[in-house]
Amino acid sequence: MSVKKKFKGLSDKAVAWLFIGPSVFLLLAINIYPLIYAIRMSFTNFYANKIGREPQFVGLKNYIKVLNKEAIWEKMQVTANFMFWTLLLQAVIGLGLALLLNRKFKGNELLTTLIVLPMMLSPAVVGVFWTYLYNPQVGLFNYVINFFHDFGSFDMIGSSVLAPWSIVIVDTWMWTPFTMLICLAGLRSVPNYLYEAAEVDRASKWQQFIYITLPSVLPFLLLALLFRGIENFKMFDMVVELTSGGPGSATELASINLKREAFEKWKTGYSSAFAVILFVTIFGFGNVYVKVMNKIKER
Amino acid sequence: MKKIMILLFVSLFSFSVNSNAKSITLGWAAWDPANALQELTKEFTAETGIDVNFEFVPWPNFADRMLNELNNKGKTFDLLIGDSQWIGAGAVYGHYVKLNDFFDKEGISMNDFSPATVYAYSTWPKGSENYYALPAMGDALAWAYRKDWFDRPELNSEFKKKHGYDLGVPANWNQLHDMCSFFQGREIDGQKRYGAAINTERGSEGITMGVTAAMYAWGMEYENPNKPYDMEGFFNSPQAVEAVEFYRKLYEDCAPPGHSDAYMVANLDAYKSGQVAFQMNWYAFWPGVSKEDSDGRVSGFFANPKQNVAAATLGGQGISVVKYSDKQDLALEYIKWFARPDVQQKWWDLGGYSCHNDVLNSPSFPTSTVYAQGFLDSMGIVKDFWQEPTFVELMLPMQEAIHDYVVNGKGTAKGALDKIIEEWVEVFEADGKL
Repeated sequence: MSVKKKFKGLSDKAVAWLFIGPSVFLLLAINIYPLIYAIRMSFTNFYANKIGREPQFVGLKNYIKVLNKEAIWEKMQVTANFMFWTLLLQAVIGLGLALLLNRKFKGNELLTTLIVLPMMLSPAVVGVFWTYLYNPQVGLFNYVINFFHDFGSFDMIGSSVLAPWSIVIVDTWMWTPFTMLICLAGLRSVPNYLYEAAEVDRASKWQQFIYITLPSVLPFLLLALLFRGIENFKMFDMVVELTSGGPGSATELASINLKREAFEKWKTGYSSAFAVILFVTIFGFGNVYVKVMNKIKER
Repeated sequence: MKKIMILLFVSLFSFSVNSNAKSITLGWAAWDPANALQELTKEFTAETGIDVNFEFVPWPNFADRMLNELNNKGKTFDLLIGDSQWIGAGAVYGHYVKLNDFFDKEGISMNDFSPATVYAYSTWPKGSENYYALPAMGDALAWAYRKDWFDRPELNSEFKKKHGYDLGVPANWNQLHDMCSFFQGREIDGQKRYGAAINTERGSEGITMGVTAAMYAWGMEYENPNKPYDMEGFFNSPQAVEAVEFYRKLYEDCAPPGHSDAYMVANLDAYKSGQVAFQMNWYAFWPGVSKEDSDGRVSGFFANPKQNVAAATLGGQGISVVKYSDKQDLALEYIKWFARPDVQQKWWDLGGYSCHNDVLNSPSFPTSTVYAQGFLDSMGIVKDFWQEPTFVELMLPMQEAIHDYVVNGKGTAKGALDKIIEEWVEVFEADGKL
């Protein structure tokens, strides 16, 4: 009764603030403040482990250093390759699986459950157990490949040619179900009467797919790829466990390099500049992508 | 009932006060010697009533976990058995308590410990008499080999026919390569075997610790002895380049398939499972290997082979009191106890590597285990990586460049060493050393 009385006099706006207040506070404390702090640090030569050494303002020096460093561009290239192939494979396989599971057949639900299992696992655990699967002597992966064609012993993780593919394969195995689920939601939202009308117009299955299914599911697929793109841009745990960024730096993604610069070399100022550059990159790409996605949706 | 409750409350309260006041926490890596120390420490608790809690961190995360703790001025640990390379950072950034006054007061003399270990684990600046740790665990990189395979006459005669000398402890790295490659892909007892499990780990320090075993043996110096931090022509000298090229050859010709990101445990597993004829590893692991081979028939051990000079990569740690601890007095009491010669002897007996002269100079020491003489030999020729406060910044570029060359097969050895120097110059410049 007393609680009721207390809140009786609150305006709608006040109640709204009461609800969103904690979230806004957390957002400011956990996201916005560290971001502003990182931007500030990026203009200094601060080293977090050098106790008692006051950071000095160095202007744009850190940004120039990051952008001129050849190794950084190599890491960005590795990241871009990883993103391109994982997104492409996850889009194609995810859509294919969604089309398959959209049909009614016995065991459909069980199959769906089995397919989505990998994405419920911890990425670090996935990284560790795939190191065993990739083991050239006892790994299941090599055994299966050699079962179909004898390639002999090959080391997925130790070869600079194969290692980038090893992380693409694991990420695709783990996250294709996510793309599939979103696409499946899209497929199930397509009204049946569209297909019935197409049948009446004697449209072939291929034409139905091109003119009805694909346009309907495309916004969903693009949304799934946006999520996956953001996630893979900052991919860390699975790759660290699987390859540690090696051999050499063949699979050292930008996020892994950033962690090493920030929390192993403790180059706080420099790594803040690198983080800001990565943030602006993903933010910029994200915005352009959302605009394109909205245009597609409007069509 | 009320009385019982009060009694229970009082006893619980007194227990918690007691456990808080009379307990300390010791941090170290999770490996065999840590278990031995835990066993040994029971006597300390029995003598003093001070409980010692242990937090052992797996090696791949050890440096990250402990250095983050120190940088954050954490109070989790009262005592820390930190890697030899941390001593610079521990002293310069004030993480470790300087122990000189305590040693003087308690009559603990650093002359009672092996000079190489005092230099490596305790002093900063190097060679000074400023002590920040008590040598706790002597260690160096060494080799174990399958003696039982070497003892087979048919294998020995085949090897001798090919190379002109007997299978045995290799006198230098060339012989090591001959022997490793002899076993590579060879079928023994119906199983395919390989040459050597060597360090190739990328993430922390593995490949650096491995390749430096070769580089030191070839005579590499990090810097100009007359001009500190002048590395050009020393770290990338022709000998150093040759050593790195040799290490790559050893990896390509002798490592088992998939051994591309391997360090301590992976090497040990490859050896114990009978995959390889040789393993490179720290002395810390030999008690475990030896324990499973009570009659000494299966395994033999030897110090790092020489090439141009006799040298071995230093491992091991000193025990330090953490500056941020609220229980420094109890932690110091532990160090006082641990420094006692009788405790040091028990430490060796349990599988720890004592650095105390009374233990090492005892006439029975060289024959006390099959690897004891090798340990003594190694500790006389050890060399360590940079012990600068910036050692992590120095380690990471070396890990990347060497892994890129040895495992990834990218570029040249000279190119890799030049690249490392370039990065190191940047680190020293940022640190005001250049």
